[in-house]
Amino acid sequence: MDMNLKLKIWRQNGANDQGKMVDYSLSDVSPDMSFLEMLDVLNEQIINEGGEPIAFDHDCREGICGMCSLYINGEAHGPDRGITTCQLHMRKFKDGDTIYIEPFRAKAFPVIKDLVVDRTAFDRIQHQGGFISVNTSGNTQDANSLPISKHAADEAMDAATCIGCGACVATCKNSSAMLFVGAKVSQYALLPQGQVEAADRVRNMVAQMDAEGFGNCTNTGACEVECPKGISLDNIARMNREFFKANI
Amino acid sequence: MSGVLSSSIGRKVAMAASAFFLMFFLLQHFVINLTSIFSADAFNELSHFMGTNPAVQFALQPVLIFGVVFHFVMGFVLELRNKQASVKYVKNNGAANSTWVSRNMIYSGLAILAFIVLHFIDFWFPEINHKYIANLPEDPSRYYGELVHKFHSPVRTGAYVAAFAFLALHLLHGFKSAFQSSGMSAKRAAKLETVSKIYAIGIPVGFIIIALFHHFNQH
Ligand code: HEM
Ligand code: SF4
Ligand code: FES
Repeated sequence: MDMNLKLKIWRQNGANDQGKMVDYSLSDVSPDMSFLEMLDVLNEQIINEGGEPIAFDHDCREGICGMCSLYINGEAHGPDRGITTCQLHMRKFKDGDTIYIEPFRAKAFPVIKDLVVDRTAFDRIQHQGGFISVNTSGNTQDANSLPISKHAADEAMDAATCIGCGACVATCKNSSAMLFVGAKVSQYALLPQGQVEAADRVRNMVAQMDAEGFGNCTNTGACEVECPKGISLDNIARMNREFFKANI
Repeated sequence: MSGVLSSSIGRKVAMAASAFFLMFFLLQHFVINLTSIFSADAFNELSHFMGTNPAVQFALQPVLIFGVVFHFVMGFVLELRNKQASVKYVKNNGAANSTWVSRNMIYSGLAILAFIVLHFIDFWFPEINHKYIANLPEDPSRYYGELVHKFHSPVRTGAYVAAFAFLALHLLHGFKSAFQSSGMSAKRAAKLETVSKIYAIGIPVGFIIIALFHHFNQH
């Protein structure tokens, strides 16, 4: 059955604008629509009425790029678990519901416009060590010649599934980026290829994380619950151990 | 090790280290107080030792004071920095993904701080006055009587009970959090669940029982 919804959406005209919640109503929303399709329909309605469409981020719309964001009814990526906003469906809501839609909020993620925020702080952290240096001149060693335990390979793979969406920061009451950075440090800390640059990697990435103005983890565990990829808190503890090793 | 306290992870580990120290101190304090229920003599003897032994007085006591001050100052610093890093939502559903105790460490901590101030006025200042300022003669059997006397007042006893309830809330998150901060994996920390509950609830409840015991056993 189609639904009628009340929407309260954050509108902000640029980084320096104050911004405020604006009310919209939308009728005949199909439960089979994705959340972003619902916003597409709303935007068409706004354009037809001569208004300025709501800016929101998206790209792949299949849960792999990490571009879609949104804080929906007080939760990053809305009420469902293990998904991004593009994978959220309107069947999670009921006819007559009021839905709050806000941008991911953190000082380090300034609003660009409406629901679009600047997450390039994550890129700058990655530039400080979220990579390994290999000589690709042609004599590259076959990765399969390096013995790696199944356990380490699995954990590294799990850490590497982080899509850099920023839901962990958006959810955290401290706006801490430690789940993201923990995952990016761990994916290499677990593998032999990551050892050479391990100490510099963790030191530089943590320094950049601090310089960007992210907060400090207090182990509430909210990030792990809201992360679309189920990145474990273990990665934060591992980053702490790596940081310790690098500094003694 | 340079500049560890200037990094977020360094501060987190330092916070956990001070918390471990406080948790060890609390356990030790609890064991001594517990003897007051069973034997006035044992309590007097232990208190006399703690109160006059130079190693305790001049080595442990300054470390303890430093530990407490460090912990709450660092707690405030972290809270302020985290407030600065974050932006308020119009609608936020914190209960969907985290416990109330974990989100409100600063408030349970502030309640404990208020208690510590009261505790200093009640026990510590008179002690220091007795020993080092007024230079009163040492009477190894005075401690039990002083303790019982303090729990005469229902208001003070009530304040003690309330403060220990807040301590339980603080430790319900803090105990496990300190292990996770020091780098223990979440899976191992999860195995601490039972120990954590025993410590976080058992010790404060024990202190409450001791306070109530003396309150209702006034001679
Ligand atoms: C003087 C008053 C106190 C204040 C203002 C205070 C404040 C705080 C704050 C804000 C935190 C959160 C920081 C974080 O999670 O990283 C914290 C953590 C903690 N506190 Fe306290 N606290 C006080 C006293 C105590 C006492 C007396 C104990 C134990 C006997 C204690 C044990 C802990 C533990 C175990 C943690 C977790 C440490 C961690 O996560 O690494 N606190 N405290
Ligand atoms: S850790 Fe999870 S929530 Fe954080 S950026 Fe990576 S995928 Fe997103
Ligand atoms: S749009 Fe790519 S993950 Fe949602």
